Amino acid sequence: MSALIEAESVSKAFGGLQALSDCSLSVAKGSIAGLIGPNGSGKTTLFNVMTGYDRCSSGEVRFDGQSITRSTPERVFALGVGRTFQITRLFFRLTVLENMLVATQRHEGWTRSVARRAGSAAERARALELLDFVGLSRLARSPAGNLSYGQRKLLELASLLVADPAVLLLDEPTAGVNPTLIKQLTERIRELNRAGKTFLVVEHNMEFVMGLCHEVTVLHQGRALKSGTPEQVRADPAVLDAYLGGADDDNE
Amino acid sequence: MSARAPVRALLVVLGIVILGVFPLVFSNPTTTSIAFFTVVFMVCASAWNMFAGSSGYIALGHAVYFGCGAYALTLLANHLGFAAGWGVFALVPVAGIVAGLIAIPTGLIALRARRHTFVVITIAFMFIFQLAAFNLGFTGGSSGLQPPTPLWSVKTYNDNFYYVIALVLLATVALSWLVRRSRFGLQLLAIRDDEERARGLGVRVGRVKLTAFILSAIPVGMAGGVYAYFLGQIFPQFAFDPLFDLSIALMAFLGGLGTVAGPLLGALVLESLQQYFTVQYGASQAYLIIYGALFLVVVLLLPRGVIPSVEELISRWRSRSGAPEPEPGETGRTGGGVVEAGAR
Repeated sequence: MSALIEAESVSKAFGGLQALSDCSLSVAKGSIAGLIGPNGSGKTTLFNVMTGYDRCSSGEVRFDGQSITRSTPERVFALGVGRTFQITRLFFRLTVLENMLVATQRHEGWTRSVARRAGSAAERARALELLDFVGLSRLARSPAGNLSYGQRKLLELASLLVADPAVLLLDEPTAGVNPTLIKQLTERIRELNRAGKTFLVVEHNMEFVMGLCHEVTVLHQGRALKSGTPEQVRADPAVLDAYLGGADDDNE
Repeated sequence: MSARAPVRALLVVLGIVILGVFPLVFSNPTTTSIAFFTVVFMVCASAWNMFAGSSGYIALGHAVYFGCGAYALTLLANHLGFAAGWGVFALVPVAGIVAGLIAIPTGLIALRARRHTFVVITIAFMFIFQLAAFNLGFTGGSSGLQPPTPLWSVKTYNDNFYYVIALVLLATVALSWLVRRSRFGLQLLAIRDDEERARGLGVRVGRVKLTAFILSAIPVGMAGGVYAYFLGQIFPQFAFDPLFDLSIALMAFLGGLGTVAGPLLGALVLESLQQYFTVQYGASQAYLIIYGALFLVVVLLLPRGVIPSVEELISRWRSRSGAPEPEPGETGRTGGGVVEAGAR
């Protein structure tokens, strides 16, 4: 399997803090990859580096064989990499449907957006279809700020799907979400994966990761400690050590 | 807007008719002069809101573009030998273009910063331009400049200017409405709510912000040009006036930031009041006290401005009286729905 998005020996420091050191990660096309690790192990930083929000000091990030190491978030998204945030970010004063329409410009020149309406009939129909997919269509006209936490997570995911990205990077999609919605989320991710979307998921919820992901990478102190199937990772003594002890500075 | 589409259309037509016949009905030069200044500020507040209201970047330096428009029209009319009369109005769009061109470098610099820093930088630009106008040779320094004065009869003198600025107003409102319903307008609102996430959804925030900034500077420059021609003289401290910046921002806040109608209403109320007090009591600075008091009232009672608050009231009343909700507002339109949608 070829890698759709990969980070190769990426390093990133914030002042004296080495958030990532020589960290490599590769997500195969068509797979659901998991990224786990103790708090502060660099998961979100790796996400930021991969999506253009942070620049790495060394190493390379590639999407579909093309380097995106120095790209801006706008450009990374235009290429087909969508991401969600650990703390859900929405346009809270816009309606749910308007939130869905923001990303629709991906396939179009920028100048056209000045003249054209916020969403064509087809785009609105597609947005409503996707809202239906995540079960939010009846809330299309209410402000996004009124949604519950779990609904916000679903909307954040759906608003990426409008632009039809090839790979989705989800940062803790189940944090603070109730079990029913987690189940729904799992089903949706599986369904999208069957339709050809690639996923990279950061999670603390082991049950969720182990049940969903084809391949799991464990990050520890800015390094990729271990990559493998969920079973391999679960049985690895180094992984257990990272999570259960040994590195007391990571435990919160 | 939560008003039904026919009601909205009726309001728009009514507004245009009133704008058109006002000087015919109230032909007293004192009144038409007040009307002229009011429409000038309606243009400026509306244009300012197109950028600041939508993007959340509270620019307090649009006097730069007002002053540049004023100086551009005056300098061009004098140096190109324009005879006083209708011909000079041909320079109004040029004044707008000059203001738009000046908005490119100033916008590029100011928009590198966000929020409070952005505000301070725009204020700084305003004072830099004022200082430049005082000190550069071609601006006439503190004695200012005089554009040609047309020899129109006193009876219709104001009306000619009024109709020109009224045309500028119509164009500005049309532009503002087009931006509001475009994808570009949605991107601006997205930037207002969360700029980082907008980037993550592919919005080219730099270009979007700069374009909106330039678009909002152009009508302000045109208004500045008409204003200079009307007054027959310009001075640095009035062309680049910090109170101008505060006024247009306050007008937009009062009416409703980010709505199309809000700044128009705000300017209509505040500027006509100010002019009235100036004419009536000769107290040209007394309006500042009233501005202060009004600002307090707005912040305390109507933090989102008049238009969004009234809309909310109407839709609440409608849902309470059991009347069926009209087909809920399409996206991109002014105003939200039943629920507190934030400052729309």
